[in-house]
Amino acid sequence: MKNLLAIILLVMVANPGVASESEGLIIHRSTQTFPEAMLALQTSIGEHGYTVSRVQRVDIGLTKSGYKTDKYRIVFFGKSSEIRAVKQSQPQLIPYLPLKIVIFSENNETLMVASNMTQFAVLTQQKDTRVLLERWNNDIHSIFTDVK
Amino acid sequence: MSHVFIRTASIAGLALALMMAALTANAAPNGRALYENNCSSCHGVNGKGGVGVPLSLPSFLNSVPDSYLEKTIRYGRPGRVMPPHPTLSDAQIKAIVSHLRSFSNGKVPATLEALVKGDIKRGKKLYAQNCSSCHGANGEGGQGTGVTFSRPRDLPVIAPAINNPGFLLAATDSMIKATLMNGREGTPMKSFLKAGLKEKDIDDIVTFVRSFEKIKPSANRIVKNNESPVLVYDSQSDLKTTVENVKNAAKAENFRIIRVQDFENGLVKKGTESNREVIVYFCNFETLNNVLAVDPRVGLFLPCRVTVVEREGKVQVMSINPRYLSSMYNNDELDKFCDEMYAIYTNIIEEATL
Repeated sequence: MKNLLAIILLVMVANPGVASESEGLIIHRSTQTFPEAMLALQTSIGEHGYTVSRVQRVDIGLTKSGYKTDKYRIVFFGKSSEIRAVKQSQPQLIPYLPLKIVIFSENNETLMVASNMTQFAVLTQQKDTRVLLERWNNDIHSIFTDVK
Repeated sequence: MSHVFIRTASIAGLALALMMAALTANAAPNGRALYENNCSSCHGVNGKGGVGVPLSLPSFLNSVPDSYLEKTIRYGRPGRVMPPHPTLSDAQIKAIVSHLRSFSNGKVPATLEALVKGDIKRGKKLYAQNCSSCHGANGEGGQGTGVTFSRPRDLPVIAPAINNPGFLLAATDSMIKATLMNGREGTPMKSFLKAGLKEKDIDDIVTFVRSFEKIKPSANRIVKNNESPVLVYDSQSDLKTTVENVKNAAKAENFRIIRVQDFENGLVKKGTESNREVIVYFCNFETLNNVLAVDPRVGLFLPCRVTVVEREGKVQVMSINPRYLSSMYNNDELDKFCDEMYAIYTNIIEEATL
């Protein structure tokens, strides 16, 4: 029975669709407190040439509605020229734009989560867009490294 | 002369490069670095837990053999957040386990493969009396997936799903037996020997737990390959009317409209935004609170949003597909929410595009 279980699980992890599940999310922990990490995140986003278009304060909305929560924000960002080009040529990518990073506190540390943008390459046949998705992904990793 | 020098230098350079490559290939994987890259975001830099369960508890580390940790890293826990790691080599996984061992100085138990043979019927009865209140009637585990927001802060762990195929593959009978006999100090898992059970009783329970291997995996798990990342519908109305329709449809589904904006708002200079793409953001804070308790990483879905796009006189309404995104999280409980959200999104968009 154990061998059968191993085979089933091996098939599951070897299946690209399933294996990519763990690669669909990029998660990083920063040992900085939330305010420090938030500042470092927005600074790094700017240093990578992106504009922060909005910060959604999820925790504020929850608290106003009577729910308890830790600090929880979503940072939206992008480069206007890139975003304009993609939404013009590949409108099916619009629901995933602009780029976003979720940032929330966990005790005295901070967690950040983003989508692996390369997974959305299935939505386009354009090589340029695929290359752009790859670069966005690399930039997100680089931003996380800065904040870490 | 110079040709001889260049050739000699080239050969020396090549030899040096080959030596460096050989040294790199033979270098032992750095367990600490691998842990920090693959594990610490959830389990904490020092293994004290976070989104993931704490790994540094001495009573945990000192009661599980290396094989349990290695298989857990390799196969994960399907549907219970912990992902598989199919791309790590065996040497890398061993290096991570070695790093985990540095969190505690206790003796490492050996892997004992011998099967425990007990009375399964008696084990079922004893399990119902002693284990099901925490681990569930069929070993499905405590409510919640164990991630931080779904776990009371004063509890280090939620009772694990012992019917999970990843757990059953990783845990030997002897490990399960030892856990039942000794308990896990610092967690709600008590010693059932001290609680009055006999070793024979524990053997019967282990045999029953092992029978969970016969349970078929949930057929409801969302398979990413079957889903499109986006939901796109053509609208019969113009952009302005469609935006109003989306707002009304979202309200009809008990959502509050929190913001309506041009897509480019904040990205470009004010006044230069394109007015051919409009985003409608909406929220139901009770649902939001519940879903964050299931998985705090779910902010990638947030806020709920539908975008109305006009191209050459045609209007389309589009959104993310919650079922597609859910498959990234390896969280069965989140899948249920995403099924609900999928239905809500399609209801809103269908209503808005009639």
